[in-house]
Amino acid sequence: MIELISAARCTGCNICVAACPTNVFAPSLSGPPVIARQADCQTCFMCELYCPEDALYVAPTAGAPLGLASEADAPLPLGTYRAAIGWTPATAANRSVDAMHAVLSAK
Amino acid sequence: MGFSSSARSGLHLTCDVLVLGGGPSGTWAAFEAARTGARVVLADKGFCGTSGATAPSGTSIWYVEPDPKLRAAAIVSREALGGFLADRAWSARVLETTHAALHELGARGYPFPVDGAGNPIRVSLQGPEYMRLMRKLAKGAGVRILDHSPALELLVDEAGAVAGARGIRRQQGDGWQVDAGAVVIATGGCAFLSRALGCTALTGDGHLMAAEAGADFSGMEFSNAYAIAADFASVTKTLFFKWATFTDEAGEVIPGAASNGGRSVIARHLQKGRVFARLDRADAAMQANMRAAQPNFFLPFDRMGIDPFRDRFPITLHLEGTVRGTGGLRIVDETCATRVPGLYAAGDAATRELICGGFTGGGSHNAAWAVSSGRWAGRAAAEFGRRAPNGRVRWGAGTAGLRDAGARPFDPAEAARTVVGEVHPFDRNYFRTEEGLTRSLDRLDSQWARLSASAPADGTNVLRAREAAAMTAVARWMYRSALARTESRGMHRRIDHAAADLAQRHLLTAAGLTEVSVSHRPAPPLAADAVEQRSGEGIAA
Repeated sequence: MIELISAARCTGCNICVAACPTNVFAPSLSGPPVIARQADCQTCFMCELYCPEDALYVAPTAGAPLGLASEADAPLPLGTYRAAIGWTPATAANRSVDAMHAVLSAK
Repeated sequence: MGFSSSARSGLHLTCDVLVLGGGPSGTWAAFEAARTGARVVLADKGFCGTSGATAPSGTSIWYVEPDPKLRAAAIVSREALGGFLADRAWSARVLETTHAALHELGARGYPFPVDGAGNPIRVSLQGPEYMRLMRKLAKGAGVRILDHSPALELLVDEAGAVAGARGIRRQQGDGWQVDAGAVVIATGGCAFLSRALGCTALTGDGHLMAAEAGADFSGMEFSNAYAIAADFASVTKTLFFKWATFTDEAGEVIPGAASNGGRSVIARHLQKGRVFARLDRADAAMQANMRAAQPNFFLPFDRMGIDPFRDRFPITLHLEGTVRGTGGLRIVDETCATRVPGLYAAGDAATRELICGGFTGGGSHNAAWAVSSGRWAGRAAAEFGRRAPNGRVRWGAGTAGLRDAGARPFDPAEAARTVVGEVHPFDRNYFRTEEGLTRSLDRLDSQWARLSASAPADGTNVLRAREAAAMTAVARWMYRSALARTESRGMHRRIDHAAADLAQRHLLTAAGLTEVSVSHRPAPPLAADAVEQRSGEGIAA
């Protein structure tokens, strides 16, 4: 489930509010959006991909939050998934990496 | 009639085609319709681009080069598994349309990987990349996208034709109404609030709305797909468990347990205790391929500090219902029309029996079906919608949760829990019996009666109320169909009728809300070369 919005990284652009498919976030008038409906989070990690600042962290447990209090509690740096799929300028070459054909053809 | 005045106000639009759902099939339908010059509105329950089962994942897609031998082999290869219910002509159409669509997708910027000779490899799609592009293509073609705008009911005219829909805008707190010439239902399958990746919003809303307008269903007995996942996680990728060794609590290998052909053994074992997996049959090269194929698969493991190739981790089976089942809205012709004028169905909301029969083709076939049915439905809806008369009187067709039929509204959370309790358990849905199905139907039927005799839900509860009503209705079509099919065929397995019955090689139609009726239609004629394969019929997966 979504657990963290890093206040240090977030610019308040509210892209996550729009991009979350289950409407988990709510914009706030000042500062970062809030995780208003955490129980509705489907742990799909899409908000991380759409955050241009890598300010979000989705914990891997789908049933209940892990209770992470700050970015320091996250076991990995924020933004690793966005980098892996090639959605950061430095990793754009990853966009066309897809070895599914090799997995599918292995019998 | 209708819901509260605050939900009535808000946005009121007129168009030729309204598409409900912004996943693959919905975006293809909208894109295709808009390209013919039609005015198109697409309303998504969440955000078109991240919504649905495809966006957060990666999927293979049923792409076969136009070599007649390869195509024929691809079509025939899964016929026995599907219980000989698929239609070769439809399969050929889907392969043809998917092939053309993927070439177009590449030309429009999809970054397919390339082989050593520099040729694109088009057998899979990365969900985030694919759906971001589909949103862009739809918008670029002039589609007006309404995000976070779940539909609540269809609008019908005096003649009973579908003429639009009405819903709410969750982030504005008001309502929308779209008067349309035709509507495409592309709302996905129904996964009954399981934790399967991307399935939370897939509660059968479109099924219910279509049924309220008079549509019926086919293949709803093929609705018991369960996918393997780490028990703490949402990410399902059953394919990767081909390289797994399955063990029990004590670390002993579970005989017969496998991702394919042994998933029922896993289910049986999960009824008694925990099951563990380790992907220890993947060599270093395959491990690297898996990482490069599905980065999302590794997120839960990496973040929990688990190495899935070395460490044992507990697994579970997430219900995928009709998402990976093959049942859905019945298609009556090659345009993907339903039996209701002005109403079309595409993607997982529609039956996929036409290409899969009674057993899922997995992401591959569903992805190809979404592209193809989306294109056909979009094109046909545009033609129908443009010819639709102006100035029609429109009524809301919605029932439970919307209409003033009782003293008090029902509790959506409690209603949803009741359905989940009847469809998630393996002993109800995976391993079906007349006794279990009948008991579930008693509860589901009485729940439907109660829901449809309640007061309308208020503004904040109306979406959850409609979801609960939709899941109740879908579960009833599923279990009535499952009860009527007194054999095991495709993914539908009856403990009390363990073999296939040659006399039941037919298709089941389910219809109705107050009373659910099931009738049968002939299956496509059996091809001459399929006859000798029939000994394979009834092989359990």
